[in-house]
Amino acid sequence: MFYREAGQFKTTYEADQGIFPIIQDRWFIAIMLVISFVVIPYFANEYWFQAVIIPLYIYAIAAIGLNILTGYAGQVSLGTGAFMAIGAYATYKLCTAFPDLNILIVFVMSGLFSAGVGIIFGIPSLRIKGFYLAVATLAAQFFILWLFNKVGWFYNNNPSGTITAPPREVLGIMITGPNALAITRYYVVLSFLVVFALAAKNIVRGRIGRSWMAIRDMDIAAEIIGIEPLKTKLMAFAISSFYCGVAGALYIFCWLGSAETEAFDINLSFLILFMIIVGGLGSIMGSIMGAAFITLLPIFLTNFPPMIGIQIASDLAKHLEEIIFGVLIVFFLIVEPHGLARLWQIVKEKLRQWPFPY
Amino acid sequence: MEFLESIFILPFLDIADSPIFFLEVVISGVLAGVMYSLVALGFVLIFKASGVFNFAQGAMVLFAALTLVGLMEQGVPIFFAILITMAVMVLLAILIEKMMLRHLVNQEGIILFMATIGLNFILEGVGQIAWGSDVKKLDVGLPDKNFEYGGMLLNTLDLSAALIAAIMVTVLALFFQYTGTGRALRAVADDHQAAMSVGIPLKSIWIIVWSVAGFVALVAGILWGTKAGVQFSLVLIALKALPVLILGGFTSIPGAIIGGLIIGVGEKVVEVYWGPAFGGAIEGWFAYMLALAFLMFRPQGLFGEKIIERV
Repeated sequence: MFYREAGQFKTTYEADQGIFPIIQDRWFIAIMLVISFVVIPYFANEYWFQAVIIPLYIYAIAAIGLNILTGYAGQVSLGTGAFMAIGAYATYKLCTAFPDLNILIVFVMSGLFSAGVGIIFGIPSLRIKGFYLAVATLAAQFFILWLFNKVGWFYNNNPSGTITAPPREVLGIMITGPNALAITRYYVVLSFLVVFALAAKNIVRGRIGRSWMAIRDMDIAAEIIGIEPLKTKLMAFAISSFYCGVAGALYIFCWLGSAETEAFDINLSFLILFMIIVGGLGSIMGSIMGAAFITLLPIFLTNFPPMIGIQIASDLAKHLEEIIFGVLIVFFLIVEPHGLARLWQIVKEKLRQWPFPY
Repeated sequence: MEFLESIFILPFLDIADSPIFFLEVVISGVLAGVMYSLVALGFVLIFKASGVFNFAQGAMVLFAALTLVGLMEQGVPIFFAILITMAVMVLLAILIEKMMLRHLVNQEGIILFMATIGLNFILEGVGQIAWGSDVKKLDVGLPDKNFEYGGMLLNTLDLSAALIAAIMVTVLALFFQYTGTGRALRAVADDHQAAMSVGIPLKSIWIIVWSVAGFVALVAGILWGTKAGVQFSLVLIALKALPVLILGGFTSIPGAIIGGLIIGVGEKVVEVYWGPAFGGAIEGWFAYMLALAFLMFRPQGLFGEKIIERV
């Protein structure tokens, strides 16, 4: 009754082609934006920003990036961590070499470096397919982290081997560094997420996105109808790595503050992969929901038993958490293999006919 | 210039200088490769019969080794401990089929892969809750002594590991080739539906395959555990087995063996002779780069079935 297209007439082509053609969707997005820009900053405290919301948004950006590559273009990647590392290290190098450059521009530029490397490691995808391709991205994962560890130039030869976010401000507001407020970093990350999610949504429903999906579904057939595999696959690698690179830069500069290469190890790659599979392959909204699910679940599992008065030894709790996490993943895949995004879609379908299904 | 020299000239001079040492490096590579193959074998068995890329193989190795050590700590004699562990692995196979695979028939590869990652978490958690997470010493009575032969330093444990692996591979190859069950397994690998239509019970086949994979995991767990102690990092050998598997081809048992040998030898030789030129610790990524180089020429791995694509 409340959610349906009926009665909403389009009078222009622009309206017909809109991202959110139904007015209720537009309202929903507007409400979400208001909640994230106004309500959350009003209620959240330092702990919530630092432990929950900022990492969630950063993971969501990375998940969108990986979803572009794996969900839309169909190329399996286990090297997300490495592409994020490139973004982080490029940001570090750039902003120590050019201290006056606007840090927001540096974030975007470091994404470009990541995109370049992504293209290089994407070249094998023209010949190697499916799970075999995982080896190319795994090679990237291990090689790049090794390189960042071995070559002192990348971390300016500092003896601890870590990269640290230097204090940088934009328009007089501290954005990175130890003195940056959580709320400022929150707004930076949120703005990146909103812009990137919108851009991704537009890319995937345009010509480029359609050619990605054609390649995913059957690359030979796509080639026959005139889609160039070389250009399309490499573009997917480039854009996906760009997203991951920027996410990596934010990961260090707006969240952790300082890190070594270990922060980007293979577990991070797997974590992002979980997010897109739980959230839904080939869905931008799904990437965000998946990121939320995977970030919130461990926090919930840690905090829930004490809340209802059960005390568990921390060692046991850690293993229990692992088990529950594993069980939930399997359970989810059995119940809905296409992820949260599909559930969301089903809810919308149901809403369309509610309360009079005929 | 110096760098190029250290890549293109010096290592070969070193090799020519002391061929015995080179041989020693190669042999140690072969032995390490055999250990990788053992883990890769478990992957191949499951992939062949059910098309599942079983990421939990590493966790199964850990789980089997932990169970064995735990039982032996309780004072169970070695022979019975191994039998009981085997029974546990069979039980695990039945549970996996009943709780997980049965509900995921006909799903895409990546979904099944993801489910095994979930399984990986469960096994890690259960194993460590049941048996603790300390590093444990495993001693099943395999001799562990260094000795010299023709100027080379060898280790009896490595040699017996290689021997055990060779026996296992032969037995598995014979099992697949000449027994009724083996034939059924190959049929299922070829085509699930065709196999079902001629009356092969798919469910019991999956249980058998996962049990066999559990058995392979147990053997790998015993060998790795004796060598490096039973500890959480055993899970990581799954990552070591991955390039082996990809190099050999997902569907080929000989591929897993040859792949393991190539990667084992390549890794050791490069680490010893070329490692210094790159500043060491290249073992982590070298295997992947090597596998990648091979894949450029054979995209389905060395022994994988030829990929035929139809539109």
